[in-house]
Amino acid sequence: MKVSLFVTCIVDAVFPKVGIATTRLLEASGCEVEFPIGQTCCGQPAFNSGYADEARHVARTLLEAFADADAVVSPSGSCVGMIRHYYPALFAGDPALADEAMRLAEKTYELSQFLVNHLGKVDFGGRFPHRVTFHPSCHGSRLLGVREEPLELLRHVRDLELVELPYARDCCGFGGTFSVKMSEISSAMADEKADNVVASGADVLVSTDMGCLMNIGGTLSRRGARVRVMHLAELLAEAAGLTEEVTA
Amino acid sequence: MSAHSSVRDRAKLALRDDFLRGAVHFTTDRLRNRKQAVTEDFGNWEAWRDRGEAIRRHTIENLDYYLGQFADNLERLGAHVHFCADAREALAVVTDIVRAKSARRVVKSKSMVTEEVHLNHHLEALGVEVIETDLGEYIVQLAGETPSHIIIPAIHKTREQIQALFEADGGQNLTTETRDLVAFARQRLREMYLTADIGITGCNFGIAETGSIALFTNEGNADLVANLPKTHIVFMGMERVLPTLEDLEVFAHLLPKSATGQNTITYLSMVTGPRRDRDADGAEEMHVIILDNGRSRQLGDPDFQAVLHCIRCGACLNVCPVYRQIGGHAYGSVYPGPIGAVLSPLLEGGEAYQDLPYASSLCGACYEACPVKIPLHDMLVKERQRFVANTGGKTGEKAAFTAYAVTFADHRRYLGAIRVARRLQGGFARDGVIRAKIGPLAGWTERRDFPALGSQTFREWWMTRKRGTRRG
Repeated sequence: MKVSLFVTCIVDAVFPKVGIATTRLLEASGCEVEFPIGQTCCGQPAFNSGYADEARHVARTLLEAFADADAVVSPSGSCVGMIRHYYPALFAGDPALADEAMRLAEKTYELSQFLVNHLGKVDFGGRFPHRVTFHPSCHGSRLLGVREEPLELLRHVRDLELVELPYARDCCGFGGTFSVKMSEISSAMADEKADNVVASGADVLVSTDMGCLMNIGGTLSRRGARVRVMHLAELLAEAAGLTEEVTA
Repeated sequence: MSAHSSVRDRAKLALRDDFLRGAVHFTTDRLRNRKQAVTEDFGNWEAWRDRGEAIRRHTIENLDYYLGQFADNLERLGAHVHFCADAREALAVVTDIVRAKSARRVVKSKSMVTEEVHLNHHLEALGVEVIETDLGEYIVQLAGETPSHIIIPAIHKTREQIQALFEADGGQNLTTETRDLVAFARQRLREMYLTADIGITGCNFGIAETGSIALFTNEGNADLVANLPKTHIVFMGMERVLPTLEDLEVFAHLLPKSATGQNTITYLSMVTGPRRDRDADGAEEMHVIILDNGRSRQLGDPDFQAVLHCIRCGACLNVCPVYRQIGGHAYGSVYPGPIGAVLSPLLEGGEAYQDLPYASSLCGACYEACPVKIPLHDMLVKERQRFVANTGGKTGEKAAFTAYAVTFADHRRYLGAIRVARRLQGGFARDGVIRAKIGPLAGWTERRDFPALGSQTFREWWMTRKRGTRRG
């Protein structure tokens, strides 16, 4: 099946390895992966800050890039949530784009949901001998309802010990622009999340959204905490031996 | 609250208060866990939420009809009904009653609406002594503060702080034991019920079909406030009606379970009109003040009408990770937490509280917890949009998002910008992270590392790979 990759701006610019891992997992699942180069960002930073016009301006790049796609898959619950839940209303007043926005909302999936629910692919045949704890991203879990899928994928990785994260469903404090606009509150939330990650006793923290991981990871690394922070796609690809050195 | 401080400034102060944060963490944890246990035990919680939402939606969609029915029934029972557009009108009604009764002492049970109109302040200015009879409100009153939670006004106080307040008030030594502290308050308050001229209560729900006022308390104080003094004044927001007693039954489950994780409320008091000849007790005169104060402006607004569905249970505060860190006073408004961040700018209108909707990471925990499913997280974004639409946005921020829109609207410009940023970060990046406090990143890097841009974006990798496969 043909899949168009929506890689998100944070993954593209800051965490390209997550995009690469996503590509390899989809290819290993038998998908033919495309990456329409015209895509940039879903517009959420502007949208959530109240700048709907600016959000529309940027979101249009996705409508154009994915117009011909059968299915769009992205390693981010937050950005997919933006597309699925807010694009139809965002473009409702624009007759030229309203239908396109509806179509894109219907055919866009978060990676773990796509793998588990649409491809029925839960086992990539990997090994990962570490203690892992999972942070469910708010937008992924609450907005999209991604709850069991990531755990299902983790449970199929051999030698992986999944440990519970205390207060797992509490927000880490990222919240996009919130993290800089209200940085003191955001940091306090990130600190509490980092405390809970350390308390879990895990060697690896895994999630499905790089925004959260950038926030929690940045807090852990400032403390010098020895917890590795990984996107679910990176963990699955590494466990299955699908990663290769990325050369600049 | 200071009109000139921002929510961010007030939050900074709150974040430095370990007592406050400890107290808020401790109590919200307890409430959350109890709620989870009680709703799981109860079963079908989502169906109950749907039912609750349906009732509130229907009521608010037909608010004129049910308010009319409610007021007619109250008058039939002999109560005086006062529809008040704002605080000024409501306080004028209170002034008239106080003067007519030559009242010297007023006892109050918990009411957030009276906080909205600053009733206590007004009564004191009239020379009337006001005594809050809800234990939490009493503590807050002794401390000279305002409630920091809708349900638990003194949530921010530690046991030791309460002990100190009571000792100062009563001039006697107390322990920090609950039994001891409650006994002190009970003894102080009992004298007051019997000597008050007027009792003032809020109203959890007004029942349209009967004209009854439903009051939910755990201490039974609303019973005494409503029935012992000769005059009873009810303060209610105009949205707090329910069509029938059957509807009340639904909320008799939803409210206590959501608010405190109690299966049922300790005292559900129903007041149906003033005392009748054959009644053993009750106030001889009853006034019901039905307050608008910005509520009717939300009617017919597709974005915000649902905020009137709120039953003031506080469940959204108990799960909110922002409220958890900063407590209620940092919001600087009568209503704190997610509901406060949404409601205060709406009720107030104009410039006030415009920064409150930004005090949220939009995590959606509030919506998930709300027993009547108010989409608070979406409303917060809509309020931000309204602010930008009305004001054009803050200058620096507007410029930043304009630049973002121009840059990100074209993938070539976007990649160009990343390449420029890559060169610029050279001086700051160490071991793949930025720790320097530069520009808009300063708030982030204060306590967190920021990842440096890699030597290659995903799209550059993709293009390289594509060329490779073409050659190969």
